[in-house]
Amino acid sequence: MTQINVRVDGVTYTDDVEPRTLLVHYLREQLGKVGTVIGCDTSNCGACTVHLDGAAVKSCTVLAVQADGGEVTTIEGLAPNGGLHPMQKAFHEMHGLQCGYCTPGMIMASVDLLKENPDPSDSEVREGIEGNLCRCTGYQNIVRAVQQAAGEMRTAGNGHTSPAEVDTAAAPHVAAQQ
Amino acid sequence: MTAIEDRPTEAPEREVGKARRRKEDARLITGRTTWTDNMVLPGMLHLAVVRSPVAHGKITGIDVSAAQEAPGVIAVLTGRDVAEEQGSIPCAWPVTPDMVNPGHPSIAVDEVNHVGEAVAVIVARSKAAAQDAVELVDVDYDLLPAVLDMEEAVADGAQLTHDHLESNRSFHFVFDGGEAGTGADTDQAFADAEVVVSRRFVQQRLIPAFMEPRSVVVQPQGDNYTMWSSTQVPHILRIMLAMVTGVPEHKLRVVAPDVGGGFGGKLQVTPEEVISLLVARRLGKPVKWTETRSESLMTAHHGRDQIQYIDVAADREGNVKGLRCRILADMGAYLRLVSPGVPVLGAFMFNGIYKFPAYRFECDGIFTNKTPTDAYRGAGRPEATFAVERIMDELAVELDMDPLELRRKNWIRAEEFPFTSVAGMTYDSGDYETATQKALELIGYDELRAEQRRRRESDDPVQLGIGVSTFTEMCGLAPSRVLGSLSYGAGGWEHASIRMLPTGKVEVVSGATPHGQGHETAWSQLVADRLGVPFEDIEVLHGDTSVSPRGLDTYGSRSLVVGGAAVVNAAEKVVAKARRVAAHVLEASEDDLDFSGGKFSVRGTPGAEVSIQEIALATFAAHNFPEGMEPSIDADATFDPENFSFPHGTHICAMEVDTETGMAKIRKYACVDDVGTIVNPLIVEGQIHGGLAQGIAQAMFEEAVYDADGNLTTGSFVDYLVPSAADLPHFDTGNTVHEAPGNPIGAKGVGEAGTIASTPAVVNAALDAVRHLGVSDIRMPLTPERVWRALHQGGDGGDRATAGTNAWGGAQTETTAGVSTPQSALGGDR
Repeated sequence: MTQINVRVDGVTYTDDVEPRTLLVHYLREQLGKVGTVIGCDTSNCGACTVHLDGAAVKSCTVLAVQADGGEVTTIEGLAPNGGLHPMQKAFHEMHGLQCGYCTPGMIMASVDLLKENPDPSDSEVREGIEGNLCRCTGYQNIVRAVQQAAGEMRTAGNGHTSPAEVDTAAAPHVAAQQ
Repeated sequence: MTAIEDRPTEAPEREVGKARRRKEDARLITGRTTWTDNMVLPGMLHLAVVRSPVAHGKITGIDVSAAQEAPGVIAVLTGRDVAEEQGSIPCAWPVTPDMVNPGHPSIAVDEVNHVGEAVAVIVARSKAAAQDAVELVDVDYDLLPAVLDMEEAVADGAQLTHDHLESNRSFHFVFDGGEAGTGADTDQAFADAEVVVSRRFVQQRLIPAFMEPRSVVVQPQGDNYTMWSSTQVPHILRIMLAMVTGVPEHKLRVVAPDVGGGFGGKLQVTPEEVISLLVARRLGKPVKWTETRSESLMTAHHGRDQIQYIDVAADREGNVKGLRCRILADMGAYLRLVSPGVPVLGAFMFNGIYKFPAYRFECDGIFTNKTPTDAYRGAGRPEATFAVERIMDELAVELDMDPLELRRKNWIRAEEFPFTSVAGMTYDSGDYETATQKALELIGYDELRAEQRRRRESDDPVQLGIGVSTFTEMCGLAPSRVLGSLSYGAGGWEHASIRMLPTGKVEVVSGATPHGQGHETAWSQLVADRLGVPFEDIEVLHGDTSVSPRGLDTYGSRSLVVGGAAVVNAAEKVVAKARRVAAHVLEASEDDLDFSGGKFSVRGTPGAEVSIQEIALATFAAHNFPEGMEPSIDADATFDPENFSFPHGTHICAMEVDTETGMAKIRKYACVDDVGTIVNPLIVEGQIHGGLAQGIAQAMFEEAVYDADGNLTTGSFVDYLVPSAADLPHFDTGNTVHEAPGNPIGAKGVGEAGTIASTPAVVNAALDAVRHLGVSDIRMPLTPERVWRALHQGGDGGDRATAGTNAWGGAQTETTAGVSTPQSALGGDR
């Protein structure tokens, strides 16, 4: 066992872990941070994406001991005080999720993408989230969501959050078809 | 209780048709979900499964002693240990009376029949301890030859998948329109035909590849058991587990919490679910099993895998005269829940939207030493649609006709609905011409054809092709009577309950079990309209057999069409009961009451009104209730459809093919789908997008590949190519609306349309790009190597790359199976 100190979603933890423990297993099994999920074991799907010291990592490819002394942000801590990050809100508003399993990782990767490129084109979004797989949506609404969040974040600044409640009003970009 | 002011009655805004954003999202975008693997119970033990590394062999010995002594291990169970209690994984669809079912133990006892089959299970205090101990189980196998190729499997003297069976054939199913009285004599039609085109199409094996790996948790409580499972079918699972294990049905509760996708892949009763229940029963402790991605790809059921021999007969003017289909359908090593039913469903769809006067369908279900196949998005209809939409293009080439003109000449015209097809199906409604016109405009067909001509004339290395698929499918599984006539083991109804709570809130209980489709939102819209209560006041409950005791779950684009119809009917019953209470409260005759916007009002008496939510409270109190009426306005409904519904549409793909590299790339994709009444356009569009992604993936990316020893060489997402955002194009989608007459909503079903329609449009487009260069077929998926080989070496591009995959077949031969074959020596794949 090795002792690590790690700050996760604003809380500092000191824990003993086996050297082989993956960050995602530490998050899920020792900290109960089950918002971050495991999809593939081979770093292809990105479902386990979190931020480590501000950059997106696939937490199935990082050992817990590598996060020692680091700061981890998961989907559960993305928006402070239980609010919604503009990216979370945009995924909802643009219907960028169906089953929702890839969503935490997809959101964390997309937030990281906007740090590199605050105004990505359609193809830049597609290339930028290539490391995250979604089986439900066909990605089109995810691309819309990332671009919408980009727009909102450019106007409001990165620290902007919305109330936690999701608005189920009709989506203005989709016409009623009756 | 009566309202004080008199307001003019205006029609309330309808919820149905609104692009409501989903209620489900709040928990999903914040990571506050209930995936099965999130669950932790006190004293919970963890399972890991020891799996066969060989495709076919006798188990001659299992030594579990080292595993049993490993740290943290509580127990190790082999097939022998549970042989008396594990029963057989059920097959609910004996498609013919003489169908051969070899039986399917959850843990192999004497013999293994595919790589990945369970041979033992480790029970340990942690998941890591269980997985560590897997390595310590020593199993001896006497190797038997592996059957991997369907055409070889049906040849005389073939090796056997199961040596206790007489052949590799499970069943031979025939539908003959002449014999059924729905069409003319097929042989005569072909004998008389001026033109016959015959093709062999390969539907490669696919893997559903839902994003959430399967997971099961079982908690024993005395002689009761609760199972949480990442399943599409908690209701079916409960019944089947009771039948298989002998745990009485009323002692078993099954819960499907949040489920991360299914696509048919979680429409199953799995060995791991049975094993988890058996272990929990034996040890009296809660247990959890969660698979790795490799386990999922290797052992969760696969889909498609057919070889199709298709003949079409026509006259020189392009009038089709007959269709003949002979299908080999790979069942894999065992029959699972509906394995045989998948190709048989297709039997009623190969004729597509065309007026074939004669039709014959024959299908052989074949055993091979591979993972069992079963439902995957579309289940039988994508295979059928691919065959007919591909052969129509081939016939057009033969007749030197425009493929759209040929289709138009033969499709059912709008005024001919309802139309009884040569397969005996009554197509409910639609208009193929209008959908096609809209799709042509959406994609900019004429400009694309002009560009195609320019590229051909200039001999551009990048050629452009345009492919069309004008499809229909049967949805809304299913009329119980029809399922009975096809020997399916259950009905196709769906159930719903509506509970009116004292505070005016509404609980809707649905037997349909979503895993991403948005039932909670759409059902709320349906009920809001019928009861006139606010969308926000409605909660939809599902997926737990103790909350939703009756249901047949979600698959086959049935939820809205069948389950939504049950919800609507239950709401109508609530209104009828509430009307009686309202009449009593308002001291009026029921006949004098109007119901609109959630309020009963007395016609001609301004101000005399009461809301249904107020009636819910009055019912709770039951102080002043109609004589002889029980104090409840709750209602149940079970809806059994009379007929399937038949969505249709036109999909058009424009494809660029680089003739120098073989790279195929979708330039534009447009589709117009008619799915009947649209309850929520946002959700419908999302379903179409996701369906397209999977249909395009079959055409271009995905294939489950086995090497010559029967090892799955696409056992991780490194090798099994689920497309990313960068691999897929933008989709332009549209709709026409022809209501389905068979249900009170008018909806036809949308879950599978995109998948069913898109695959042939993509392949037709690729062929249209390069046909003038002498290519008449390219096997799916259209990898650059295959396209290049078809262009430069002729043929259909052949099997998958001779270099295999990262898990190269030749390199594995000596170590895993110890048997070298000509194919394995070359590293060839099957």
